Amino acid sequence: MNWFDIIFYGFALIVVVSAAGVVFSKKLITSAFSLLFTFFGVAGLYVLLNADFIAVTQIMVYIGGILVLIIFGVMLTSRITGVEIKQGTTGKYQYALAGIITAIIAVFLIVMYSSVQWLSAPAPEVTGTVKGIGTLLMTEYFLAFQVAAVLLLVAFIGAAKIAKKD
Amino acid sequence: MIQQIPLEYYLLLSAVLFTIGTVGVLTRRNAIIIFMSIELMLNAVNLTFVGFASFMGNNAGQLFVFFVMSVAAAEAAIGLAIVLALFRAKKTVYVDEVNLLKW
Repeated sequence: MNWFDIIFYGFALIVVVSAAGVVFSKKLITSAFSLLFTFFGVAGLYVLLNADFIAVTQIMVYIGGILVLIIFGVMLTSRITGVEIKQGTTGKYQYALAGIITAIIAVFLIVMYSSVQWLSAPAPEVTGTVKGIGTLLMTEYFLAFQVAAVLLLVAFIGAAKIAKKD
Repeated sequence: MIQQIPLEYYLLLSAVLFTIGTVGVLTRRNAIIIFMSIELMLNAVNLTFVGFASFMGNNAGQLFVFFVMSVAAAEAAIGLAIVLALFRAKKTVYVDEVNLLKW
């Protein structure tokens, strides 16, 4: 067991435990802060996968942007009284159905991932990915890049319009 | 260096993460928790993308993760705006109490 194994299993444990915390915790704010650790763990796995640009983008976009938005949403929509009459989950029937669907998805994914003999390229030497990604963005995927920019602009204008008090 | 851990491990971790997100979407009633679960599922897919990209020695997969992240940011902004508007109108964020379109 070398350092890579230890780092991988550590981050994998963080990701799985905190993802379970997001889904199964009773308090809304606990879920939001568990999500922080999930994003952080996934960013660590990106670093382990040699994707430095994506790891930093993950921290800046997910933790710095989306998570802050979600925490604002939590604070703006929780009831002032704090007393929740009903439980936070659906009924027994929906639980059983969700369990069946989830089990099917899990079995399908795990069988598919573990049955295929994945091929991999010979390991490249460790270099930064920023230059390659920038070149691809400005040449081959330029249209997609512009469309993503316009999509973000439209989405933020629309979000401001929807959330505005009229 | 990156191929110390086999690709299957990353894929299995991503499958587990996606499944946990699916459980959240299907069982929780709070719209914000459903959002967080959707973000979990997007992260699982991103992890698969980055895993394949790294083991393929190609940057295009990481570029797709970049686009998924921008769409996720747009989705979070719009979704939370809708949740805020919903809370203002109905005083609830529980998806089963919002049944205006159901008869």
